Amino acid sequence: MVVQKLVSQTMMALNGDEAVAWAVKQSNVDVVAAYPITPQTIIVERISEFVHNGEVDMEFIRVESEHSALSASWGAALAGARAFTATAANGLALMWEILYITASTRTPVVMAVVNRALSAPINIHNDHSDSMGARDSGWIQIYSEDAQEAYDNTIMAFRIAEEAMLPVMVTLDGFTISHTLQNVSVLPDEVVSNFVGIRKIPRIKLPHIYGEKEIPLMLNPKYPISFGPLDLFDYYFEHKVQQNEAMKASIPIIEKVHREFAEISGRSYEPVHMIPYKTEDADVVLLGLSSTMSVVRKVVDELRSEGKKVGAIRLRVFRPFPADMIRKELSKISTVGILDRSLSFGAEGGPVFMEVRSALYSSSSKPTVYDYVYGLGGRDLPPKLIKKAFNELLEAREEPEKPVIKYLGVRE
Amino acid sequence: MVAKAVWRPDIKELARIEGQKRPVESGHRLCAGCGAGIIIRQIAMAARKPLVWINATGCVEVATTIFPYTSWNIPWAHNAFENAAAVGSGVEAARKKLARVNRFDGDPDVELDYDVIVLGGDGGTYDIGLQAISGAFERRHKIMYVLYDNEAYMNTGIQRSGGTPFGARTTTTPVGKVIKGKPLFKKPIMDIMVAHGIPYAATVSPAYWNDALVKFRKGFEAEGPAFIHAFSTCPLGWGSAPEDTVKIMKLAVETCVFPLYEVVDGEYRLTGPSVSIAKNPDRKKPVEEYLKLQGRFRHMFKPENKWMIEKFQEWVDRQWETLLKKAGY
Repeated sequence: MVVQKLVSQTMMALNGDEAVAWAVKQSNVDVVAAYPITPQTIIVERISEFVHNGEVDMEFIRVESEHSALSASWGAALAGARAFTATAANGLALMWEILYITASTRTPVVMAVVNRALSAPINIHNDHSDSMGARDSGWIQIYSEDAQEAYDNTIMAFRIAEEAMLPVMVTLDGFTISHTLQNVSVLPDEVVSNFVGIRKIPRIKLPHIYGEKEIPLMLNPKYPISFGPLDLFDYYFEHKVQQNEAMKASIPIIEKVHREFAEISGRSYEPVHMIPYKTEDADVVLLGLSSTMSVVRKVVDELRSEGKKVGAIRLRVFRPFPADMIRKELSKISTVGILDRSLSFGAEGGPVFMEVRSALYSSSSKPTVYDYVYGLGGRDLPPKLIKKAFNELLEAREEPEKPVIKYLGVRE
Repeated sequence: MVAKAVWRPDIKELARIEGQKRPVESGHRLCAGCGAGIIIRQIAMAARKPLVWINATGCVEVATTIFPYTSWNIPWAHNAFENAAAVGSGVEAARKKLARVNRFDGDPDVELDYDVIVLGGDGGTYDIGLQAISGAFERRHKIMYVLYDNEAYMNTGIQRSGGTPFGARTTTTPVGKVIKGKPLFKKPIMDIMVAHGIPYAATVSPAYWNDALVKFRKGFEAEGPAFIHAFSTCPLGWGSAPEDTVKIMKLAVETCVFPLYEVVDGEYRLTGPSVSIAKNPDRKKPVEEYLKLQGRFRHMFKPENKWMIEKFQEWVDRQWETLLKKAGY
């Protein structure tokens, strides 16, 4: 859905990484700490150029590892700055410990993850094994379909992170989005700047220390607070439950920020968490993430012209997982295929599959769900394979006894 | 570069400062006789500005912030074991940017003119945290990194670290039938840090409070990163009497096991009692005097293990000679 554009935008030829860097440049970011890794490197390079040309006023820490990139971003955010970092694959894996700490301390860091396969064997191309591995770390995860969305999501992520007090991961597919030039509508600097504002520091009450006075929640000698204490069995559990509540509470915040962004950009991603395509009367549906789904929609159009009732759902927000919406959307579909671009070794299916099928368990009408694992290590998913999957799903409607996990595009 | 006018701590003034704003309140869970508690107070007493304190995982973190309590009267943050210097880098960068744009001007509740102090133990410094410290120093972040060296992973129950001395008994270098304690010597942490070309590095033994305070102050005043290696007796891990803590911290200096010196822009200078030992070598005490107060070295005093004390002494002598040359003696 496109709403009326309120401001004139510049059309720029940007690849996905550049689009993210551009959004960072416009979003009043105070501190960037990052380490280069393919295919994220262009983000680091463009931000370096902005800084070295005096186009943006930020502190850019060229750290010695991804582990330190997130650690420094955390420190900066705690000291009151708006902080951004970016990574991919093994870099994200190296941050793993600090992902949890960032989320558990409710620190609003924004990170672009340029999705790439995890080693071994080493592979620089796209799949989702990196960010899916981080799905339980407490970060909000938004998956972008193209460079335009990578730009839009990055801008929105700062607002979402700071309002929800949770870190946000914006993903974009390695090379497919990160290195492919695309026309990107770029908002004027001041429009983005006004939209994100300057980072506001939340104020809290600590009555037993500071009485009724509301104090800034940051590292600050005027009102000292201790962050990151030891938390034993008498409190840890409660804190984890609170953290889970914060994730749930971020759902309306994510929606609100998207609505407000649509008002300034004309680009609406309704209904935000997942975008259905021709599902109203669909017999079968393919559900997946990211850039793949634009090809899937094209295949849907082709099959529709052949009279086959197929549809697609693109999941944008994987964490918090929009289980209610998935249930509602899929309740009328008898057979669903999930596109998983990562594996969970030894499990019944990939992460998206497990999540969706689990959501459907409490549904009165339980669709049959198949998992299509595809594209590992950058393997192509051509339209003919998507067609094959749709045709299998249509057949399976009649005879639902096929294996649950299928591989699309693997040599057997 | 370090400021020319050297601060001289006045004990009355210090008593007043300490009484006014304790960095850590009583009621913390540090052990009796722990060196780290003394170091924390000395750092705070030497501070010239308000502090923001970043702590690596370790005894100090665990003993001072058991939720829902905190002992700290200073803004304090702990993230993980290995990344305290990286967190300090981020805080320092944020402070710089926010001060540059006067972000909190007009907000009386926020203070941005502070020094960033990063505190880590030997595990978090010699070993797992070395990379982050090296990175922060190479990037010239204005942080003071203080290593409180109690010479083992004391937080998890006395396992060896890169800072554990030769011969010491730990739970991962036990005194066995074949191998007696740690077979290796300490990592030369000061040399590693000094090699970064940082403007200020120093060793301190909290027993010599005057020397320590001056060095902490110089670290804060350094125009760039500073590294302070603080010796920290651990009664529990070392098998020493709590009341001997200061005595042991003194003996470490008097035996040259832990000489006192500073490195200002690459120039070595002995300080405190180490100067008088350099001038009067007779004053250098044998290492036995230091070793015998500690249970972790007890096995070295058995007749068949005498060679261990000799080897320890040789190492100390060699290190001391090297240091004397560097300091121009």
